[in-house]
Amino acid sequence: MTVTKDESGQEGADGQGDMPAGAPAGAHGYTPSGRRLERERYKRARARRAIAIAALSTLVTAVVLYMVVVSAPGWERTKETFFDGQYAREAFPKVLEGLWLNVRLLLICGVLVLVLGMLIAVARTLPGPVFFPLRALAAAYTDFFRGLPLIINLMIVVFGVPALRLQGVTVDPVLLGGTALTLTYSAYVAEVFRAGIESVHPSQRAAARSLGLTNRQALRYVVLPQAVRRQVPPLLNDLVSLQKDTGLVSIGGAIDAVRASDIIAQRSLNYTPYIVAGLVFVALTIPMTRFTDWVTARMDRRRAQGGSV
Amino acid sequence: MSDAPVLRMESVRKTFGDSVVLRDVDLQVAPHTVTALIGASGSGKSTLLRCANLLEEIDDGAIWLDGEEITDPRADQDAVRRRIGVVFQAYNLFPHMTVLDNITLAPRRVHGVARAEAEERARELLERLGLGDKADAYPDRLSGGQQQRVAIVRALAVRPRLLLLDEITAALDPELVGEVLTVVRDLKGEGMTMVLATHEMGFARDVADQVCFLDGGVVLERGTAEQVFGDPRQERTRRFLRRIVEAGRL
Repeated sequence: MTVTKDESGQEGADGQGDMPAGAPAGAHGYTPSGRRLERERYKRARARRAIAIAALSTLVTAVVLYMVVVSAPGWERTKETFFDGQYAREAFPKVLEGLWLNVRLLLICGVLVLVLGMLIAVARTLPGPVFFPLRALAAAYTDFFRGLPLIINLMIVVFGVPALRLQGVTVDPVLLGGTALTLTYSAYVAEVFRAGIESVHPSQRAAARSLGLTNRQALRYVVLPQAVRRQVPPLLNDLVSLQKDTGLVSIGGAIDAVRASDIIAQRSLNYTPYIVAGLVFVALTIPMTRFTDWVTARMDRRRAQGGSV
Repeated sequence: MSDAPVLRMESVRKTFGDSVVLRDVDLQVAPHTVTALIGASGSGKSTLLRCANLLEEIDDGAIWLDGEEITDPRADQDAVRRRIGVVFQAYNLFPHMTVLDNITLAPRRVHGVARAEAEERARELLERLGLGDKADAYPDRLSGGQQQRVAIVRALAVRPRLLLLDEITAALDPELVGEVLTVVRDLKGEGMTMVLATHEMGFARDVADQVCFLDGGVVLERGTAEQVFGDPRQERTRRFLRRIVEAGRL
């Protein structure tokens, strides 16, 4: 406890201390005033205090959680069923093997979702009476697939399509599962794109039109590039979500990471493989989530600098 | 023939909901002349320009560009806009494109000019307006005055028949106004036909061949700059100009 406090305090002090330490070298004959030094001393002390409080409260929370879980009446059984090292070692390679299917699904569905979502979003913004049916269809599509629970969509497509016994139509649960994912996610992504299109100020379109660009050219060269740029963070968010939902194709029997853990769990009546699969999914989404955060922060910074993109 | 007006408006009426912005506007713009639209905020100067470029659809009346009625619903609106350049108060540059791409977009995509040729002309124009080193910059790295000059270059790049300038200095810091107005003065020297809505009365007086005072949705008074500024006939014009003088803007 004491060690944490001291070390953290030092680090905080270093970060705070950089500026005054470097100042005399660069500035021409500038020596920090007593007032400034006093302020910085106070800020350092405050930072040390804050870190100590954070460390203490984290520790207390962790200890309390641990006590609650361990002292639970069913803890011993739970530990055996969910945290068995033997089964974890057995499940891990199988889960990783299955994960390759999830990754492929993510990549292929991700591309399809972006393309389809963009087409639907553009269809919804087309002007003129000729395009009314297209607009109505696009609106109905997004309404329907955003409202339909993904799991039900999957069951209808994965079990319903093969039941029709159509000639030349696949019964492969992976392809059908991917189709269902694409249907649902393209509806979400279409709305993200549409929000982006609407967020571009009308004056941009007016400027493009006044240069003689047609409506379509204005959309393609002026509105869409800005819309897409702005919507990168929410789009990445949807892709993170898609990444984990690829696990749902296992309901059709495709051997992905979830199904691989399921097979072992069913055989051994031990749930550890599920925990392994869950952690693998989390590990897979973390880089993507961090990337999303980074992109968002970068764009916020650019906006704060006065850029309007 | 050469004296036939570039732009002619007759009995133009434009309303937004219940508010009548243009009641009955007549206007003639002769080739190689500058027309300044003056008047209080909300007197319809900007709306008039937007109607001339078909960004707004008029309710009644008619507008001709080079003798062709452009308010006819059968007219090709894109073709009309190709012949008119517009510079906006808020610049409206495309923030995701470099200065050069902003300028060459319309020549390349609308007029089918080859990239090399379009860029050459763009650089030439930039050079002339003192922006030669800004070709590859993004708009958000430029000052307001520089952005507005780029917007003027963008409008000129398609060699428009008529240039509409909508309060182009209203968003600029006072010390940047001069550099933009100099450009307009130079364009007048080259014979560009222009209509400008402005609050810069000194500039309007200096550069305009024709001054129109808009009030209550009509052109209340029109004439040469000397007539309108020196000897206004209408009481309302006199009052407007007095307020401007009191504010130290003339």
